[in-house]
Amino acid sequence: MNPLMNHYAHPTHFMRISSIVLPWLAVASVVALAVALYVSLFVAPGDYRQGQAARIMFLHVPAAWLALGGYVAIAIASATGWIWKRPLADVAARAIAPAGACFTLIVLLTGSLWGKPMWGSWWVWDARLTSVAILLLLYLGYIALWNAIEEPTLAARAAGALALIGIVNIPIIHFSVSWWNTLHQPASVLRFDGPTIHPTLLIPLLLMFAALSLLMVTITLARMRLEILRRRTRMLRLRAAQT
Amino acid sequence: MKAFNALLSRELGGVQLGAGGLGVLFFLTVVVLLPLGIGPRDDLLQQIAPGILWIAVLLASLLGLESMFREDFENGSLEAMATSAFPLEAIVLAKCLAHWLACLLPLAVLSVPCGLLLYLSVSESIGIAIAMLLGTPAFSLLGSIGAALTLDARRGNLLALLLVLPLSMPPLIFGVLASGGKGGASGLLLGIGLSLGALAIAPFLSSAILWTRLRA
Repeated sequence: MNPLMNHYAHPTHFMRISSIVLPWLAVASVVALAVALYVSLFVAPGDYRQGQAARIMFLHVPAAWLALGGYVAIAIASATGWIWKRPLADVAARAIAPAGACFTLIVLLTGSLWGKPMWGSWWVWDARLTSVAILLLLYLGYIALWNAIEEPTLAARAAGALALIGIVNIPIIHFSVSWWNTLHQPASVLRFDGPTIHPTLLIPLLLMFAALSLLMVTITLARMRLEILRRRTRMLRLRAAQT
Repeated sequence: MKAFNALLSRELGGVQLGAGGLGVLFFLTVVVLLPLGIGPRDDLLQQIAPGILWIAVLLASLLGLESMFREDFENGSLEAMATSAFPLEAIVLAKCLAHWLACLLPLAVLSVPCGLLLYLSVSESIGIAIAMLLGTPAFSLLGSIGAALTLDARRGNLLALLLVLPLSMPPLIFGVLASGGKGGASGLLLGIGLSLGALAIAPFLSSAILWTRLRA
């Protein structure tokens, strides 16, 4: 790791810098969310066949990206924490998890709200839906493991190992549940031959993605600060108990 | 090899035997309760029998996970074994093998008569047993990861369940696939592949996790 990263990876520096950045980030994410909501609710056209219900996709799709991206970020942070022994990376991994789990829940809820009028049922046992439900289970297991082990470094190693085995398993799980016939439409934005959706729909989608990403970063930073403070109180308590 | 055999017979004679007996009881209970719950219709039972047998095996395999490391960890013998010349990976492997021999092998054999009870033909029942013999090692190996992770966690038993179930889903799906229906052969191959993949990863990951506890 380079010296600059080393410098910022120190909890004291992190606390100082994050206290300056956090209010700006919070304001930016609120503004971005307001703009994205306005554009996706009022500016973007409703769908010809699906009507107004199609607008739920503007929330559903970015939340799905962030749900998966959050888990990848946890795995990367855990690997960093394990290999380079950076406690801040473990703190980051733990802080990402609740936001990621919330986005996974949002994906499931918005998907089922959309599925009722479109597919005629709240839930379908199709490959993607099932994979996302399992992803939620992985998130919950990860959070529960952190909470179940008292000592932070031990909890970090255990949770990190779980995140890494989980990231190896996500493609296997997805492949295995794909054996069922799938009702879900194939990916239409991240394709090699360019997006297949119209710009009037793509722009609100990307705006919402930017807004939700900002929100996720804000929540993660705030939770990291909370975790560092929690660890400091724990150390002080232990020290007070010894004397 | 001698140490491996000694450890294996110690595990089999001790903790895993009790868990295995409990697993057999659990398995038989599920098979008896199933027709009582949904009615003795042969077409329905035939259709769901492979899936139910596999789910029962998966749940029964979770019963033995708690005894895999916890007792040895608490009384210090795991640490003594780990600091001997015998590698911890091999200890984990021996414990997984003991878990499989005690908790899963009997159920794979029992699935033949149980399949017959659920109106499956002899060849179908034997097919399920073969799929279980080849696919269930993944349950023991993945389970060892869950058992190692929750070694000294609060309510570790329940937590191990939550951690292991999502990981066990692919072996379950391919196992049921291999036990009948279309795509059986590829299901069997994929199930074997998962068992081998778990064999390559799980002992190393589990022992890495165990080391973090033993050093603390």
